[in-house]
Amino acid sequence: MKIFVTVGTQLPFDRMIGAVDAWAEPGVHDVFAQIGPTELRPRHIRFRDFVDPATFDREYGDADLVVAHAGMGSILTALQMRKPIVIMPRAAALGEHRNDHQRSTADRFRATAGVYVADDETALTRLLADVSQLTSPDAGFSPDAQPTLLRAISDFVNDQPRARRRTRLWRSVRGVR
Amino acid sequence: MVTAGKPPHPLGRREGEPPRRVLAIASSGGHWTQLCRLREAVHGHDVTWVTTNPGYRDKAPPGRFEAIRDASLWDKPGLVVMLGQVTRLVLTLRPHVILSTGAAPGYFAIRAGHTIGARSIWVDSVANAEELSLSGHKIGRYADLWLTQWEHLARPEGPHYVGSVL
Repeated sequence: MKIFVTVGTQLPFDRMIGAVDAWAEPGVHDVFAQIGPTELRPRHIRFRDFVDPATFDREYGDADLVVAHAGMGSILTALQMRKPIVIMPRAAALGEHRNDHQRSTADRFRATAGVYVADDETALTRLLADVSQLTSPDAGFSPDAQPTLLRAISDFVNDQPRARRRTRLWRSVRGVR
Repeated sequence: MVTAGKPPHPLGRREGEPPRRVLAIASSGGHWTQLCRLREAVHGHDVTWVTTNPGYRDKAPPGRFEAIRDASLWDKPGLVVMLGQVTRLVLTLRPHVILSTGAAPGYFAIRAGHTIGARSIWVDSVANAEELSLSGHKIGRYADLWLTQWEHLARPEGPHYVGSVL
């Protein structure tokens, strides 16, 4: 089984990478991880600090399973590409992010088919133990935002006059009110 | 007999109307993924897509594409470079509308755009379910359309809720 692991575009997430590395047995699964800027050197999996978007897309596309921090980009990509994904939220108390918003994100997707929430390393290891049981997200996840949001933005843009508003500076220079 | 109501305009530029210049800008990762999910709303306009990772060029929505320096709150010099690049883009493109899903690049763009009379839309990231992001909170005074993607975070004076990117 091909597994792609990603910590997202900014911060390391050693707790997650360490758990995957401890679980992985070389020769059983093919695991490739994007681990971010960190001192951690995994021993049982292939890894790189960062990958360019083309490599990211290729690894994502080839993977049978994705393991990721609970970042919106990772989750949306999994739903769009119909990849089963295990998400683990970062904890602010452990210095893994500014706040605990990834916990709310994880909660938001707890009931979504194909998305599996690992609240901590133990839960992650448990999910990985039954890795063949993890199923893909449902088909038909739209590539677009909700129509009401698109409509509001579309109308706002169309309602802008072609001539830009005079700025306050311009008005004061011209002496108009 | 049922009379069908007049169908709404399709999304994007209205037929027969001139395109508006739109600057669509977000940092890489989840912010960019969410911005791309808004592409249909600006379809047919003169859109420049801006993000902090040059590698996104090939998969960017139709329009022009520009990459700028990446920086976080911890990287002050990087933020200064980013601010300069964003300001230059805003001044040269002179957009009618600036559209952003966050974070720092969108904040800078809307602030810069505000000084030249550009109108702006801030869609706070769907990841911020408990409270608005720092930049999302601070941009409220400047954004003409100030949106959260969570109904319980909406307030009468803004941010408003009209749906999410999901």
